[in-house]
This record gives sequence, C-alpha cells and structure tokens, in this order.
Amino acid sequence: MNELIQFFTTNKEMIFIVILMIFVGVEVIGKVPAVLHTPLMSGANAIHGVVIVGAILLMLNAEPDNYLSLILGTIAVFLGTLNVVGGFVVTDRMLEMFKKKK
Amino acid sequence: MNLEIQHIIYLIASVTFIMGLKMLSNAKTARNGNLLAAAGMIAAIITAIFFHEGEVKPIIYGLIFGAIALGTVVGWLTAKKVQMTKMPELVSLFNGMGGACAALIGLVEFHHNVGDPTSIGIILAGMIIGSVSFSGSMIAWAKLNGTLKNAIRLPKYNILNTVILIGLVLYAVYIVWSGTASEMHLYLLFAAAIVYGILFVIPIGGADMPVVISLLNSFTGLAAAFGGFLYGNQVMLTGGILVGSAGTLLTLVMCKAMNRPLFNVIFGAFGEGAAVASSGGPQGNIKEVGPSDLAVQLNYSKKVIIVPGYGLAVAQAQHTIKELETILEERGVDVSYAIHPVAGRMPGHMNVLLAESNVDYDKLKEMEDVNPEFTQTDVVLVVGANDVVNPAAKTDPSSPIYGMPILDVENAKTCIVNKRSMNAGYAGIENELFFRDKTSMLFGDAKKVLTELVTELKALD
Repeated sequence: MNELIQFFTTNKEMIFIVILMIFVGVEVIGKVPAVLHTPLMSGANAIHGVVIVGAILLMLNAEPDNYLSLILGTIAVFLGTLNVVGGFVVTDRMLEMFKKKK
Repeated sequence: MNLEIQHIIYLIASVTFIMGLKMLSNAKTARNGNLLAAAGMIAAIITAIFFHEGEVKPIIYGLIFGAIALGTVVGWLTAKKVQMTKMPELVSLFNGMGGACAALIGLVEFHHNVGDPTSIGIILAGMIIGSVSFSGSMIAWAKLNGTLKNAIRLPKYNILNTVILIGLVLYAVYIVWSGTASEMHLYLLFAAAIVYGILFVIPIGGADMPVVISLLNSFTGLAAAFGGFLYGNQVMLTGGILVGSAGTLLTLVMCKAMNRPLFNVIFGAFGEGAAVASSGGPQGNIKEVGPSDLAVQLNYSKKVIIVPGYGLAVAQAQHTIKELETILEERGVDVSYAIHPVAGRMPGHMNVLLAESNVDYDKLKEMEDVNPEFTQTDVVLVVGANDVVNPAAKTDPSSPIYGMPILDVENAKTCIVNKRSMNAGYAGIENELFFRDKTSMLFGDAKKVLTELVTELKALD
C-alpha cells in the first residue's frame, strides 16, 4: 500500500495527464461521421508516432561505446520516422481527395 | 533555459495533437487538422534533439539524423506511391513500425533501470504492448494484402491465447519482482510477446481486420504513453494516451457499425458460425445478365443506385464507375451511391476511393438515408459487395452476420449483382439475394464488365 501511495505522489502530474487525456481522447472524436473513420484512424496512427521522441531520447542518453544500444536505437529512430512521416502523408493523401471537388 | 523551452514546445505540440484530432473528425477541417498535428510533431522532434541537456557525441547526432533522413525518404515515397486501395494495409504497416519502435526502446532501456522496480515495470509494459502491436500489425498487413488468405486456428486457440497472455503478464511481474539484471529474461519476454501478437491476430478473419488495426493502433498509443512515463516526457504521454483512448473509442464505434461486440471479434464467433451456415446455405437458380442487355435496362431507368464494395476497389474500377455515372446522368437517369458503413476493408474506404475519381460528395449516401429510397429505385447495381447486402442479416438468426444493419437492395425493382464468381463473400457465407427472382448476376471483373457496359451505353445513343 505504501509503495502505491509513494508511486502516486512521485508521479502525480503524470497520472493527472493520463486521466485527463483519456477523457479528452473520447470527447474529441465523439461525433465523427463514418465517412471519416479511415482518415481519423490514419491520423491517430501518425500521432502515436510521437514514440519517436522516446527513441531520440534513448539515443541522446546512450553510451557511445555501447554498440548494441546504438544499433537498436538507430533502428528505433528509423521506424519511428516511418510511422510519423508515412502516417501524416497517407492521411493527407486521403483527405486531399475529399477536398478536391469543392 | 533549455528545459523551459522544451516544456513550452511540448505543451504546444500536445495542444496541436488534440486540436488536430478534433479537426480530423469534421470533413471541412480534416486536412488542416492533419497538417496542424504534423507541425506539432515536427516541433516536438526538433525540440527533443536540439534542446537536450548534457553532452552528446557527434556520432550520435549523425546516427539520429541519418535514421530520420532515411525514414523520411522511405516513409514519404511509400505513402505517396501506394494505391488508394492499399491504404488500409499501409496504415497497419506504419502502425507496426510505431509498435516496434516502442518495443526497441524497452529493450535498450532495461539495463539502465535495473534495481528500480517502477521503471522496469513501465519498460516491460511498454515493450510487451509495443511488440504485440508490431507482430499483430504485420499479420493484419499480410492478411489485407492477401499473403495470408485464411484465418489460421490452432486447436483451442482461445484458451491457448489466454494462457499465453496470463503467462506473459506473470513472467513480466516475476522479472520486476526478482529485480533480475539478466537480459536473457528480457529477450525471452520480448519473443513471447511477439508470438502472442501473431497468435492474437491470426485466428481473426479478414473482414474484421479494420477493427483489429484500430485496436492495435490504440495499443501503440498506449506503448508510446509508457515511453512517456519512463522518460518523464509529457508530449509522448499526451500523444500516446490521446491515441490510446480515441483509438479504443473508434474501435468500439466500428464494432457497433457491424453490430458485432468487440469480444466476438477477438474470440472469433464469426468463423465457427460461418462453417455451420455455409453447409446449409440457400440453393436455387440464378439468372445471368450481359452488359448489352443491362445497358438497355439502365438507359431506360429513372433512378439507379450503385452499391460499391471491396470488389470495386480490387478491380480499380472507381474511374469506370464514375464514367458510367456521367453517361447515365447525361441521359437523365438519377444516379447515387449507397455506402454501407463497413463497405470495403475499412469504414470510409469507399468514400476515399470514390472521391479519388471525382464522384460528387453529395451523391454518396449513408445507409440510413438511402435505405428508404430503394423502393423507388429501378435498378440497384451492386459492384463487388456481398455481405452488406445479404438479407440473411435480417432474416436468419443462425447467420453469423445476423443483426448487422444492411442495405435493403431487395426492395428495388431489379437488382444487378456484379461479382467475379459465385464464391461466398468475405464473411464466408452464402447470399440468398443472388437466388431471388428480381436479382440478375453480372459475372466478371468489375473494371472489365463496367467498361463493356459503358461502351454498350455509348453505342445506344
């Protein structure tokens, strides 16, 4: 029990963010029309590409002589970039088509 | 000072993610919303690199920039080149990359945090979820592009999967509890998570892949959020949780559109029901119609509704169907499109596809709006759709799709169904609509027969 309380105290800002964001996420896409489900999923897919920030931090904190870490970290940055760039570009392509005829 | 700037930019980036997602749920603002979120992402990435506290060797910067440059080129080209029909599997692929990225972070950070149970717990949670999301997305990708055709089911797969999942969690708890520094345990856990991701998705039928991708999408969001927790990084946390919760809601909305509880999707009531239904499927005579006869019939119709399905996407017939629409409109026929919420392989898939061939947005009608119109319709042209027009969903309680809302095409005066063959649809069940008196079959590849139809129509003038 003590550990739990301590965990909450040391991470309380983080826990607040988590709880609030859960509600924001639900609220934000509450009334989306079925037409936009695919682009929305794709857009959300691009946003979780923010995991790349973690990969970058991993690299910046890595010891320069730990080759395994550096290799895995570099791959992680590459994969994260794919997620971000590919995700946003594909979403834009989908939405471009909705816009064209107006 | 660097730290303050970092926090401010992370805050701004978080706001762009929220605003971007909000704008994405409205057709007018969607495109700008996507660009806004992308701008926020670029800002967050630049901040992470350039406002870092502490000494960093140039070689590391080199590796980071190299990886980003390569990823940008590959990601950009893949996304630009892909055909519109392949969109769903590409989303799955990119989702898998994000999951793999989260898993790698866990693998590398483990040994930095040995002795700190909280961090190890967070690392393992992020790694497991990321790995499951990665291997699951790869299977979903293979299923959507046709490499993996059938649902593969090991004996008692539901029990097996549940046991593996419980084993995974217990193993992770053990690693945290024991405080072990052994990397062997870490890699074993990683491998087990990858295997679980494969087993999780592989029994699920292709028709349910959109739901699975949406679910895995929220998983990756969650994995990113665990990364945010680990680094105390707010933008990862907000972005990750935002996608995690929005993605979960989107998954549930999709399930609702198909009238299938998420539980059934994952534990696969679909396949077992289908085996029963197909054995006792409807039998009878079918009527065939050729393009020339159909051309005459369409020419003298007042109102035609087109029901597009995945077959249209596969045949790349979206431009031909637009051509057909234009000719018929010139002849004074009222043409519109009936879009079932789950037509194609993803909700909204058909809208994207038809928008590509310049079909007017107002001509695309959603199911609730178009269903009452079928009674006044002369010809319904079903192109490559099957399950979404299967009357068994309304009449046959034993059918696996029973209860799914469908397009009431049977109410129209005549119904033309274009299919390549009499094979069952994606759900693997027979469709009694094909045997009805009012129904005629137009066999052949959608693009080929529609082109013939257009030629015949032109000749009629």
